[in-house]
Amino acid sequence: MKILVAIKRVVDPVVRVRPLVDGNGMDIAKARTVTNPFCEIAVEEAVRLKEQGVATEVVVVSIGPPSVQEQLRNALALGADRALHIQTDSSLEPLSIAKVLRVIVSQELPQLILLGKQSIDGDHNQTGQMLAALCGYPQGTFASHIDYKKDEVWVTRELDSGLETLALALPAVITTDLRLNQPRFPTMPNIMKARQKPLEIIALETISMDVQPRLQTLAVEAPKLRQQGVKVVDVAELVDKLRQEAKVL
Amino acid sequence: MTLLNNSTALVVIEQDATGFSPINLKVMGAIECLRKFTRLTVDLLVVGKDCTAVAETAARIPGIRQVLVADGSGGEHQLSEALSPWLADLAFAYDYLVMGSTTFGKNLLPRVAALMDIQPVTDVVAIESTNTFQRPIYAGNALMRVMTDQATTLLSIRASVFTAVRFGELVAPVIAIAPPPAQVLSRLLSQQQVQVYTERPELTAARVVVSGGRGLQSGDNFQLLYQLADKLEAAVGASRAAVDAGFAANDIQVGQTGKVVAPELYIAVGLSGAIQHIAGMRDSKVVVAINKDPDAPIFQVADYGLVADLFTAIPELIELL
Ligand SMILES: Cc1cc2nc3c(=O)[nH]c(=O)nc-3n(C[C@H](O)[C@H](O)[C@H](O)COP(=O)(O)OP(=O)(O)OC[C@H]3O[C@@H](n4cnc5c(N)ncnc54)[C@H](O)[C@@H]3O)c2cc1C
Repeated sequence: MKILVAIKRVVDPVVRVRPLVDGNGMDIAKARTVTNPFCEIAVEEAVRLKEQGVATEVVVVSIGPPSVQEQLRNALALGADRALHIQTDSSLEPLSIAKVLRVIVSQELPQLILLGKQSIDGDHNQTGQMLAALCGYPQGTFASHIDYKKDEVWVTRELDSGLETLALALPAVITTDLRLNQPRFPTMPNIMKARQKPLEIIALETISMDVQPRLQTLAVEAPKLRQQGVKVVDVAELVDKLRQEAKVL
Repeated sequence: MTLLNNSTALVVIEQDATGFSPINLKVMGAIECLRKFTRLTVDLLVVGKDCTAVAETAARIPGIRQVLVADGSGGEHQLSEALSPWLADLAFAYDYLVMGSTTFGKNLLPRVAALMDIQPVTDVVAIESTNTFQRPIYAGNALMRVMTDQATTLLSIRASVFTAVRFGELVAPVIAIAPPPAQVLSRLLSQQQVQVYTERPELTAARVVVSGGRGLQSGDNFQLLYQLADKLEAAVGASRAAVDAGFAANDIQVGQTGKVVAPELYIAVGLSGAIQHIAGMRDSKVVVAINKDPDAPIFQVADYGLVADLFTAIPELIELL
């Protein structure tokens, strides 16, 4: 069984980012980048399925400028077998990303497609669901547990109301939540080995399709900042302030 | 202001363990904002199995034309594989398709959108015109203002920032429509409902939220927060670290990847205030932080900070309330 994992390069989640003063985007040109934490969990899960003998091949794909090859190499070091880099300098909306991935799915024919449930930059939480729709596959979103059966996959999902487990026919799309697993760190020998693993570069234009943005971004602005308040000396003062000043008790 | 254009909206009603989810009233609050810019005819959609009671409740929402109810086994458990093609067909007839930005809406709306070949606007926090919306990005560290001119505008609403509408006196007509057909791609095996909100308010609807972090040290110690919550008629939330450590259930995680709350009073106990946590509570009116580390980042967003050991401060607080 083949697994396809789609990953994204993002600004490190520990970096406190700000919009540019001109409102034309984020001030992130120099920020440290990493693999989106949810995508890293997706890679880890795929590698575990391979180690368990469930998967035979793990293919990772990322769409973006040449810099995303760093994240692809990292995924190869974690245990993926092969990488695809769909090269483009434009930043695509989730619908366009799903359309590009659908072409890759039609070429690779994986049984399982794993994606992070959201990327921590755009916070869209859309791509996996859209890809599933375009492929006509079932979807197991926000997965915290995956159980691969012979001809279906059982996915436990984190919901606002608790948890639910779905049985999905194969092929299926699964988007990963944080509690699915704890990703490993790549070891030095595996980082070296990853350099030899195949990484294919595909120009977005050769996949050629409608990837024009549908939404127009008018501005990116800073949210209202919360004013830092006061420190109280003890619980009695806290209760007094909440009653007399804030009037919330 | 004169409203020049007429438009139509279909709002998908969300159901929870009790039936009609209170989140719907906040989503309708967003619809009220949209009405400032267009003369809006609103239909509500209730889909599921044995969902006529929910439809009857929904019919009491003011200002709507009708409630469409699709009752049948095809829509049971609202599986997105069943709902999405069916809903895409329905939605083409409307100018807007709207649902809450909950795990239900997040699962369903993008799937419907792709089938309609439309890029949705998710997590809407402000409606600025008929086609201009604000949504947070980067864990709420920025707000993006976007404009769309697609055939149908697909929106998911971050309910916490909108004011709930109240049920009215009038009851709108409830019209039965054909439910989604059965499908074989997915089926529900089990539900582990971690919490049914009977004694305590639901987290995203509560006036007061008490949240605990890793500082609580154990699930047993979370009982301390529940005692405090009882005094305040509050809901209890948790940081990711507390959920990961098994102190609290996943459905009470507050943050970028959990629930977003905006209560009148948010009390953060033994949690450090990571960017991802703040993303879920920054719109709270009054924030209290109790932490033994005077440099914890949570104090930067707190109106009232108390540097103290929570194991002495919380019992004292319970005592004084
Ligand atoms: C992609 C991604 C998504 C994330 N999503 C979320 C999310 O949705 N929600 C979320 O919360 N986090 C999220 N996180 C995790 C986040 O970055 C932090 O790791 C997490 O919020 C830390 O939880 P905490 O504050 O409970 O733990 P810690 O950071 O360990 O803080 C514990 C605090 O407790 C205090 N403390 C300890 N003992 C006591 C005591 N006896 N009395 C008083 N104070 C005490 C300490 O001083 C410390 O400040 C996410 C991270 C990533 C990478």
